Amino acid sequence: MNSLFTPLSWSDSGLILTGIWNTIIISVVAIVVGTVLGLIIGFARSESNKVVNALFGSVLDVLRSVPLIIQLILFSTFVGAMGSPLAPFVAGSIVLSLYTMAFMSEVFRGGFESVSPSMQTAARSLGMTKWQTIYHIRLPIGLRAVFPSWLGVSLSVIKDSALVSVIGYMELLRTSEQLISRTQQPLEILIGVGIFYFIISYPLSHYGRYVERKMAI
Amino acid sequence: MDYEFHWNIVFQNMPELLNGAFVTLHVSVLAMFLGVVIAILLAIAKMNDSKPFCYVATVWVEIARNTPALFQIYMAYFGLGAFGIHLSPYVAVLSALVFINAGYLTETFRGGFQSIPATQYSASKSLGMTSIQAYRYIILPQMLRRIYHPMTNQFVWSILMSSLGILVGMSELSGTTQRLQSLSFRTLEFFIVAAVMYFVITKLVLFTSSLLARRLFKGEI
Repeated sequence: MNSLFTPLSWSDSGLILTGIWNTIIISVVAIVVGTVLGLIIGFARSESNKVVNALFGSVLDVLRSVPLIIQLILFSTFVGAMGSPLAPFVAGSIVLSLYTMAFMSEVFRGGFESVSPSMQTAARSLGMTKWQTIYHIRLPIGLRAVFPSWLGVSLSVIKDSALVSVIGYMELLRTSEQLISRTQQPLEILIGVGIFYFIISYPLSHYGRYVERKMAI
Repeated sequence: MDYEFHWNIVFQNMPELLNGAFVTLHVSVLAMFLGVVIAILLAIAKMNDSKPFCYVATVWVEIARNTPALFQIYMAYFGLGAFGIHLSPYVAVLSALVFINAGYLTETFRGGFQSIPATQYSASKSLGMTSIQAYRYIILPQMLRRIYHPMTNQFVWSILMSSLGILVGMSELSGTTQRLQSLSFRTLEFFIVAAVMYFVITKLVLFTSSLLARRLFKGEI
């Protein structure tokens, strides 16, 4: 109890900053890639026929019902067993992006399907082509409606990125593990880590709820 | 592809894996149950006018929602050590899951409760119902319908998140898998089987819940 809240030395803050930076980088990569892929797949699923849809759907289902930590370990071991191990950052980005994609595509699909068909019929009757209808009607209306849930998924990606530590990527939680084992002060370090996640997540999640209320979705 | 699969060792250890799956299931059920109980209290506290309770509930909810699950588990497992509290991996994971479940479900319950217009309560009172009857027959059935899917999702989420027990040496499904693979070095085989098991558990839970929903709400959900 005496050692509680003893200050860490300044040299440790460099490690923490690296961890924060790495967490941000891998989250941004996963969110961007996941959003782009999710948008494409979500759109394809709301457009395409039942067979393609079911095929896509079952792959996404697997991605969503197997824990991320298992996916990370499986993927990096699999690539390793194939003979060319990837850097933790690359492997982590791939798995995290695909995982994000699975959730994003559901979000976008819901958004696209929420645009009422009569609106599209109306657009067609005004002489718009199919792509014009998509570009001017479905995309803007559908995308606006999904913003809060998109933000929600993005925030959970930032939090889930903590798991990439299991395959050796030096993100924040892993650097904190190292500091803990060196300094034996788990509480202070963990509180610091918690505050970091909190100050990223809290304002954004409240912004999402504000937008949700404002748009009355 | 110069990797040879050896599935025998996995089948030999099947009882232990199934046992791990069972631990996964019962830690999530327990976490869900305790989470629901606490969430009801927190939701009441949040809707209450008394400031201190409302404050505690808000802090709880915001911390649970805005920090990673792994952070909560580390906090319970390593962090509490500073206060001389040493939890076993099982209790650490359980308490972290309860903490997060309660945080998320509080908002679900509050939202579900507030989505029912207060006028319905006054209307049932004016029909001569007691307030217990009003809750039992008017408010709760509608509320249950609205919180049913979020609750199912939360349950599935806590099954998946219990896999983090692997990092503190808990012997649930992923922890057991990890231990077995480190004894045999058949990482791929063991983790493929674990992934399949998680998938099956998740699907079973979702299937059961949709069956139950059909029985409970007769397709009106």
